[in-house]
Amino acid sequence: MKIKVLAFGIAKDIFGNSSVNMELANDALVCNLKYTLEQQYPRLKQLSSYMVAVNNEYALAEDTIHATDEIAIIPPVSGG
Amino acid sequence: MQTEIKISSETLNIQACIDWVMLPESGGIDVFIGTVRNATKGKAVLRLEFEAYEKMALAEMEKIAAQALEKWPVQKLLIHHRTGVLAVGEVPVIIAVSAAHRDAAFEACRYVIDTLKQTVPIWKKEIFEDGEVWVAAHP
Repeated sequence: MKIKVLAFGIAKDIFGNSSVNMELANDALVCNLKYTLEQQYPRLKQLSSYMVAVNNEYALAEDTIHATDEIAIIPPVSGG
Repeated sequence: MQTEIKISSETLNIQACIDWVMLPESGGIDVFIGTVRNATKGKAVLRLEFEAYEKMALAEMEKIAAQALEKWPVQKLLIHHRTGVLAVGEVPVIIAVSAAHRDAAFEACRYVIDTLKQTVPIWKKEIFEDGEVWVAAHP
């Protein structure tokens, strides 16, 4: 399936764009997405940490991704 | 409405935030005002740039407000956060909390700003004379 991944903060710098399109297996898990992204963008692994949000909620590594989900990469937050 | 949550690219209005939470029943209002500091670890900061994943940030702030209302007897609670470019001395965040008694207002206000900094998807970039850094991105 094709998915679009939104990027914010330093993730946007790493992707060189505010979103990237990815090809994932149907019913891929969040951890599969992270692995695939890290292969393409190794600088992600240098971050203190980063989360994946699915439909505006922090997702767990074993959560399933669907083609219609809104996916975002959430690098360490620093608001306030 | 008991809570007001907002993300804005416009200058935040401190007095309006205080006025919004004040009620005749209030015994006290606690306000946290975040300001842009002129230095980080001794290095001069020229300005900050704030970026938000707005939809999720609003949802996370709503959660924090709901948690605070559950934990403390708070009357009204407001969270306003800026985005965009902010100069030294400008205000990126205002939390205002009213309650009948001060303990609830102090504790809820502290909880909201501390939790916001941990969970709300907003990012700040520090701009120095010789470069720029996304805060907290790297170990």
